Amino acid sequence: MAAGWFETTRAGEDVILRAGGSWTLPASRSLDSALRQLSVAGARQVLFDLAEVEAVDTAGAWLIKRTRLDLAAAGIDAVVRGAKQRQQALLERIDQVGALPPLAPHPSFSLIDLVAGVGEGTFHALGQARDLLNFFGAVLIAIARVALWPRRIRFTSFVNNIQLHGLNAMPIVGVLLFLVGIVVAYQGVGQLSRFGAQIYTVDLVGISVLREMGVLISSIVIAGRSGSAFTAQIGTMQVNEEIDAIRTMGLDPLEVLVLPRILALMVALPLLTFFANIMAILGGAFMATLTIDVTFAQFLSLLNQAVTLTHFWVGMVKAPVFALIIAMVGCFEGMRVRGSAESVGRLTTQAVVEALFLVIVVDAFFSILFSFLGI
Amino acid sequence: MATADPIISVRGLRTQFGTQVIHDNLDLDVRAGEVLGVVGGSGTGKSVLLRTIIGLNPKRAGTISVFGEDTGRLSEEELRRLQSRWGVLFQAGALFSSLTVAENIQVPFREHADLPPALMGELTGLKIELAGLPADAGGKFPSELSGGMRKRAGLARALALDPEILFLDEPTAGLDPIGASAFDQLIRSLQQSLGLTVFMVTHDLDSLATICDRIAVVVDKRIKVGTMAELLQDDHPWIREYFHGPRGRAARHSDD
Repeated sequence: MAAGWFETTRAGEDVILRAGGSWTLPASRSLDSALRQLSVAGARQVLFDLAEVEAVDTAGAWLIKRTRLDLAAAGIDAVVRGAKQRQQALLERIDQVGALPPLAPHPSFSLIDLVAGVGEGTFHALGQARDLLNFFGAVLIAIARVALWPRRIRFTSFVNNIQLHGLNAMPIVGVLLFLVGIVVAYQGVGQLSRFGAQIYTVDLVGISVLREMGVLISSIVIAGRSGSAFTAQIGTMQVNEEIDAIRTMGLDPLEVLVLPRILALMVALPLLTFFANIMAILGGAFMATLTIDVTFAQFLSLLNQAVTLTHFWVGMVKAPVFALIIAMVGCFEGMRVRGSAESVGRLTTQAVVEALFLVIVVDAFFSILFSFLGI
Repeated sequence: MATADPIISVRGLRTQFGTQVIHDNLDLDVRAGEVLGVVGGSGTGKSVLLRTIIGLNPKRAGTISVFGEDTGRLSEEELRRLQSRWGVLFQAGALFSSLTVAENIQVPFREHADLPPALMGELTGLKIELAGLPADAGGKFPSELSGGMRKRAGLARALALDPEILFLDEPTAGLDPIGASAFDQLIRSLQQSLGLTVFMVTHDLDSLATICDRIAVVVDKRIKVGTMAELLQDDHPWIREYFHGPRGRAARHSDD
């Protein structure tokens, strides 16, 4: 099929526009620009002769219609003739379309928008913080209620969540922390040996792992692994109207879905942290036996002198707090999902970022607190 | 209207999931310019048949020819060219949720056609109008639309490239009866003015009675095709039950 074409001839006050070929989408670009440049100055009537047109689609029909509208606006009559029967129906259908309203313009960008965006973002963040605080309050009330009526604890869900988010996370947390122990020991040996103090690598590994590394890195892994899962699970249920179904059955989604997850993580993360500490110290010991002249038994006895139970508890006490933050933010963002599956993805990302942010902020607060207390 | 050569021709089709056979030795011809309604009980594989024809589901055996070309033998390039000649409306519209309605309609334009921006805007507005959407729908996001409007937007996108075949997966499911019958009329009028062939999976007896030229019934892993009048004479138990049941009778009478 030949591409669409047209040519114009003048007959007195009439212009005859003879069209041919296929007036379809592929040809519309060239037809569009040619028709926009159509000059019919002084004409009284334009005749569209479509006898040689082989095919028309909506794009072609629209071009004819638009040209007629333009001509009408200039006070020129336009007549269409010669369309095949098949094409006539389409032309008539398109003819019923009035002038098209302009599409919404693309938003332009200005400095005011930038400032407005910052303001909007600030208010959004504050609103978010308020909502999170609200949610925290609701969770505390739910915990109090469950504490009064312990039979309302969803025990199966609680245990299942401990398995999914604690037990099943052990391999990844274990491997990661073993490697972290190696890295810390390696750096320690490298730096401390310049002072001949490489033996203090044991102190470095012990204290940094027990106080900070163990709990922090476990929390980061769990935020990525479990916090995101909470948001995705609860968010998907929200999209499927499952949460609404739970409500209509007279159940409280906080009790059914949120509490078992939060409580499970508050149990699982301290246990994981304990395991993580052991693995990191093993990693440090492994590196130390390779690089400085200590045996494993010597490493352990040095460690025993270096660290006190306080160091251990300083790290451990943070674990349930971090777990609460991660689980609460994860569930909170899940409950905020509205409408489409797209928001599940967006809020899942947001949950992980928020949880990590809050974990590190709270960790800093703990450091300040402990330094005041002199621990 | 119908021409001798079928526009879609399925021969000996077999599809299965694991060990569960959905279709076995299924034959089907769709004639150019007709509206074919595909019906069948839940789980008989109506949608699977549609998805298999448009290439979203693998087939175990058989051939599927569309526009006379065996889809199994085409290169990726040829298949893409073929795909631009048909439009698909999925059950819930399947609009891209991060794009506005207008941008959704423009996706096929941008991928398959080389259009100046002004003309693209005009054609987008035209499709919105053809699909019976209000003019301001173009700037809205799918989540801001009702179910019926989402289907119309999906239809507008399916029609973007002026396809020759339109595949519809339960177009009227989830619409109220008035909305459903308006949608039926819309499909019929578009089919007539644009010269479309329509392959429509449906549960809606009213759609079958009012706009379908022929009906294909998926039973016993095969297909039986006929007009409403022919299928009324059929003595297969499921088909009898379907067309002679209370809902079937009501749909036929409302058509009289």
